[in-house]
Amino acid sequence: MDRRLALPAFAGAALVIALAASAPWLKFVFTIALAKGLAVTGILLLLRAGQVSFGHALYIAVGAYTVAFTRPHVGEMLLLLPLAAAAGTIVGLAVGLFVARYRDIFFGMLNLAFSMVFYSLLEKLYEYTKGTDGIRVARPTIAGMALERVDYEWTMLIGGIALALALGWLASRFLASPLGQALPAIKTRETRLEFAGISAKRVLLVAYVISAALAGLGGGIIACTTLHVTPLLSYWTHSGELVFIAILGGGGSVLGPYLGAIVYELVRVYAAAAFPDGWQMILGAVLLLIILFAARGLWGIYEDLVLRKGRRA
Amino acid sequence: MTLLLFLAILDGLAYAAQVFMVAVGLTLIFGVLRILNVAHGSFFAIGGYVAATLGTWAATTALAPALALPALLLAAVLVGGVLGPVIERLILSRIYVKEHVLQLLVTFALFMILEDIQKLTWGVQPIFQDAPVRVLGQVEVGDIIYTAYQLYLLPGVALATLLGLMWFLRRTLTGRVIVAVTEDREAATAMGIDANRVYLLTFTFGTVLAALGGALASPTTSLVPGVGVNMIVLSFAVVATAGLGQIEGAMLTALLIGLGRSVAVYFAPEFEVVIPYLIMVAVLLVRPHGLFGRPELRRV
Amino acid sequence: MPKLTRRAALQTAVASTVALPTLLPREAIGQQRPSELKIGISTFLSGPASVFGVPGRNAADLLIDQFNRAGGIGGVPIRSIVIDEAPGVDFLLGECRRLVQNEGVDVMLASISSGSCLAVAPLAEQLRMPTILWDCGTQRIFEEASYRYCVRTQANAVPEIVAPLLYVAKVKPDFRTLAVLNQDYAWGRDSWAIWKAAMDAVKPGVRVVAELFPRFGATDFSTEITRLLALRPDVIFSTSWGGELDTFIRQAAERRLFERSTFVLPLAESSLERVGKTLPEGVIVGGRGDHWFLHPTAKDTQILKDFTAAYRQRFNLYPIYPTFHMAQALYGLKAGYEKAMAANGGAWPSREQLMDTMRGLQFAHLTGTMTIREDGQGLEPMLIGMTKHVNEYPFPVIDRMVMFPPELTMNPVGTKGLDWVRLLTPASVQRAPAEIPYRA
Repeated sequence: MDRRLALPAFAGAALVIALAASAPWLKFVFTIALAKGLAVTGILLLLRAGQVSFGHALYIAVGAYTVAFTRPHVGEMLLLLPLAAAAGTIVGLAVGLFVARYRDIFFGMLNLAFSMVFYSLLEKLYEYTKGTDGIRVARPTIAGMALERVDYEWTMLIGGIALALALGWLASRFLASPLGQALPAIKTRETRLEFAGISAKRVLLVAYVISAALAGLGGGIIACTTLHVTPLLSYWTHSGELVFIAILGGGGSVLGPYLGAIVYELVRVYAAAAFPDGWQMILGAVLLLIILFAARGLWGIYEDLVLRKGRRA
Repeated sequence: MTLLLFLAILDGLAYAAQVFMVAVGLTLIFGVLRILNVAHGSFFAIGGYVAATLGTWAATTALAPALALPALLLAAVLVGGVLGPVIERLILSRIYVKEHVLQLLVTFALFMILEDIQKLTWGVQPIFQDAPVRVLGQVEVGDIIYTAYQLYLLPGVALATLLGLMWFLRRTLTGRVIVAVTEDREAATAMGIDANRVYLLTFTFGTVLAALGGALASPTTSLVPGVGVNMIVLSFAVVATAGLGQIEGAMLTALLIGLGRSVAVYFAPEFEVVIPYLIMVAVLLVRPHGLFGRPELRRV
Repeated sequence: MPKLTRRAALQTAVASTVALPTLLPREAIGQQRPSELKIGISTFLSGPASVFGVPGRNAADLLIDQFNRAGGIGGVPIRSIVIDEAPGVDFLLGECRRLVQNEGVDVMLASISSGSCLAVAPLAEQLRMPTILWDCGTQRIFEEASYRYCVRTQANAVPEIVAPLLYVAKVKPDFRTLAVLNQDYAWGRDSWAIWKAAMDAVKPGVRVVAELFPRFGATDFSTEITRLLALRPDVIFSTSWGGELDTFIRQAAERRLFERSTFVLPLAESSLERVGKTLPEGVIVGGRGDHWFLHPTAKDTQILKDFTAAYRQRFNLYPIYPTFHMAQALYGLKAGYEKAMAANGGAWPSREQLMDTMRGLQFAHLTGTMTIREDGQGLEPMLIGMTKHVNEYPFPVIDRMVMFPPELTMNPVGTKGLDWVRLLTPASVQRAPAEIPYRA
């Protein structure tokens, strides 16, 4: 990995662990944040191509419900999480074959439509999903070990960090690859890409399936962390939240999604604690300020503050 | 069976009118500004809340019954006339040069802020003001009782809005300018059209329409926190199905959704919720740019 | 710059690892009386369900002030921390951990949404956090698992639905057809499943002519109402609530649906003041327990009169059932602590002592006394009645009230509600207590 990414990545990981050690409740919040960060990494890939999905909560829910449905038969997290990612991949491929033909608002809205249909299904198929009451997930074993709560939470957090680092590195490799380089071309002049003999549809489809797999994995982690899944996971406001995090973190780096997700969760917790009736307003205001005054997100601010200064020094 | 179908059509028309009133402003704004306005649902809700507040005040005056309906229109103009320009000038105008996703997210942020403002202003208790419905009375069809508000006024207003907009966009200079910007922004600005003015005008107008949708819904429904949230998704589906900025398309889509929904309630209630999305997916399968949309030019 | 941050981070890490062991042991024995009793309350502060969540929070504020003026619980003042459950389970569970591990909350009062309660209860168990389920209705909680650290200070969906069924079977014994219109989410589906199973046992042969489940948050029921007008069912059953129930009542009244069918609205007590006399007479209503500010046996007691007056003065509304549920949770908690302290020789009880005392506890609250069963489930009577218009109030009051005792409507420990209701018989109807008329 690029040194400019590696340093802050490991420093950030150390900080997350340190904070979680000093305040035990943060283990849970950070694990959720990292799981969302995985999904947001997928959003980031699509954003590179100029496409906004307003429905990626669908894949989070697919991953989470895959864990919930298979947990009675499969007790091992190292199997459950790949299953969640695989389910995300399969659904992502099926939906992607359809939506990759569309651009801009149609792309966004079709994603929204699929996520809302899935949301309705989760509520309608009450016999199987228990509707909005949701499904309880028994705590799985990790590598064959049945861990107690505190150890389990630590393992989830450390595992989440490791996954984030590994997949962040892979994502940056992907973006640097020819396929990844073709993504921005979809945004600017798609026709040029086609003239160069590259199928824009296929490029977008690959990015889409990757994003669905990441979100499915993230959903699996969420299910294994909260141990209870509800249809609300796939509601459109949660898709909006993912895009929110992507912008908050900044699209300039694969670390942006994780930075954005952790800051998002913390702001939400503290806003809700300080103003129980108005936390949504505070989140909205933060988003507004970021877009108006720091459109490159938190990562952009970090670059401006640290990297440029560092270079000068 | 025939009667049942007839009733389903009546219900569908009334519902379609409501859907159209919510979606038409969004379509208009999207056509011109190319911004998918998530805060549209908030304008709908605030329009409803202000209409209920005004209506409650009007009920205390001497002219009570006569003021019931004008209060709805007044509320819409007030909300749209104030919120529209303020938001367009202060916030949206700063981001026209930025990426689409940022524009969309700005309206998402506005939606979050306005959602809490509604709650802090009007509280969480459901609010309603049904004077307009009572003023107009009831109508019997067969032995089924309808309210005149639902059967005549809502579809009437929707039709008037459609015809008025068509006239405005085709026959007036301002309207033609708006159409020109919708069709080809670059060419229009190159010909000396002041895009900023068009944006301000369109956004304000779209906001008035959203607020009017809310105001018209307020006499029949209860305003609660989150009432705007549900509207957003539905009107998004209409805009995408109709094709970008297509007013007639929005009407046709609203009709499809309204009729589809009421037929579903009669014959297959389980499918009611997913009807708008099924229609959208089906339409986009056949016509990738929406019912009335045209593919944009492929530029190299 | 990055170096500094890393060193700082490392220092924090080392410092906190050293500090960690002192944080961990919080053992049960020899509890000191705390300087304040912190109660975490999760409720809906945003979204449609805030119509219940905010009145619940308001009741908590009011009662905690009252308790504190009278010396709190066992001389310890109470402080509440309220969290919003609207954003979903992943947020709520993080907040619960924060309250317990960071704020040092002593007791949680958990949740309106059944989904929230189902998620919080196992966590409470792991954190050894005394938790009172104050409003959520699903019967699944204590049927599918047993909890040491959770109790519920109110009934559940089974009696809440069986009682109105027995009532309608009693006052309108000849109904042959029925239609249902419920919100399309777990409560709407659950309550219909219980009703249907119980109705097939109590009144076999009733034909269901329509099952309508408009989406949660629907703003318009015109199409459904047209269908109901055309079908003319004898009875229309709806467990909807909040803005949707208000809308349904008003749209149905405008189109004179009330003239064609008898309505059974088990949650309508919470809408009475808002819909006013738009809701006609003769509608069967309930309030998820024996909750009403004009409760037939409690309305002249000082405790209820004072509460209603204070609540009205502060919030300008009459109390509705969630405020009573909140009151039950707080009165139950107070009684539990006091009893546990008395048994403990006046010393502050441990969490385990508190929770063991809560089981089998009988305590007085605003509308009477209630009991918590050994499985943690609360037992309270169900007040069902019929609307009536009187001059004293600008909204309907409840007349012809029947107080269904828990023995008649609640399944015993160890049985599943949905199976138990199938064992009801037409004779169950005859066991209902006598009607109590409304008196001013």
